[in-house]
Amino acid sequence: MQAQRLDSTFAALADPTRRAILARLASGDASVMELAAPFSISQPAISKHLEVLERAGLISRGRDGQRRPCRIEAKPLQEADAWIERYRRIWEGNFERLDALLEEMKAKEKKRGHDSKRNTRKR
Amino acid sequence: MTTDTFEVSTPSDREIAMTRVFNAPRRLVFDAWTKPELLRRWLGVREGWTMVLCEIDLRVGGSYRYVWRGPKEEKLGLGGKYREISAPDRLVSTEAFEDAWYSGEAIDTLVLTEKDGRTTATLTMLLESKDARDMALKSGMETGVAQSYDVLDTVLASITPRAS
Repeated sequence: MQAQRLDSTFAALADPTRRAILARLASGDASVMELAAPFSISQPAISKHLEVLERAGLISRGRDGQRRPCRIEAKPLQEADAWIERYRRIWEGNFERLDALLEEMKAKEKKRGHDSKRNTRKR
Repeated sequence: MTTDTFEVSTPSDREIAMTRVFNAPRRLVFDAWTKPELLRRWLGVREGWTMVLCEIDLRVGGSYRYVWRGPKEEKLGLGGKYREISAPDRLVSTEAFEDAWYSGEAIDTLVLTEKDGRTTATLTMLLESKDARDMALKSGMETGVAQSYDVLDTVLASITPRAS
């Protein structure tokens, strides 16, 4: 189910090491050993992260003997992205309107400042 | 361009965070977020959608309620209660749409920081149930959805900035 998969996608993405692993895999397949190299954590710890990513469908493991290279899977990421994109679109519009309103508020405040200065001078 | 400062991230599986920089001091941004006559000019109003009701009782435990009307007389209501108010830097409130098809409640945390007259606003929405998030996804990706879902889609489409 899509909703369920989205849960596991976001849970998997919530961890910085797993995000780094995905970033690495985005530039090409890699074995557990290759993936563990840039991190200061053990290979079994990396394997645990890979299990989470595999369960979330974010990566698949090859059958290439001992090496079992990891490959990034795009679909769950695209689904998560669609959700984020939706919020982005809604709020981009809101924020652009807010920009315009803030400019107006600043101009009004400036004018009020000038007016009160003028009033003080008169007195 | 100002839109370059806009970032969306998902700190956890139930949170979505949006960060945006505004070229104004934060007390103005806070006002724009909490005064009805200001809020109704920017939040969710686009191409035929207007905020026809905007009630704000800005006290801890106080309620707010927004109702929008669309070009086909559709109505959409949203409301909640304020949990924390620390003007002009922090606002925590609950949020839920009023229609029965939407059962998700979220907790919104708005944090405003100011530097050199510019304000960084971070709005984090923590979804209490996953329904809200899944609904947002479904309405965008499934076809043949119930009419009530279409209302949401209309809203979303109507407040989407035009592609330039």
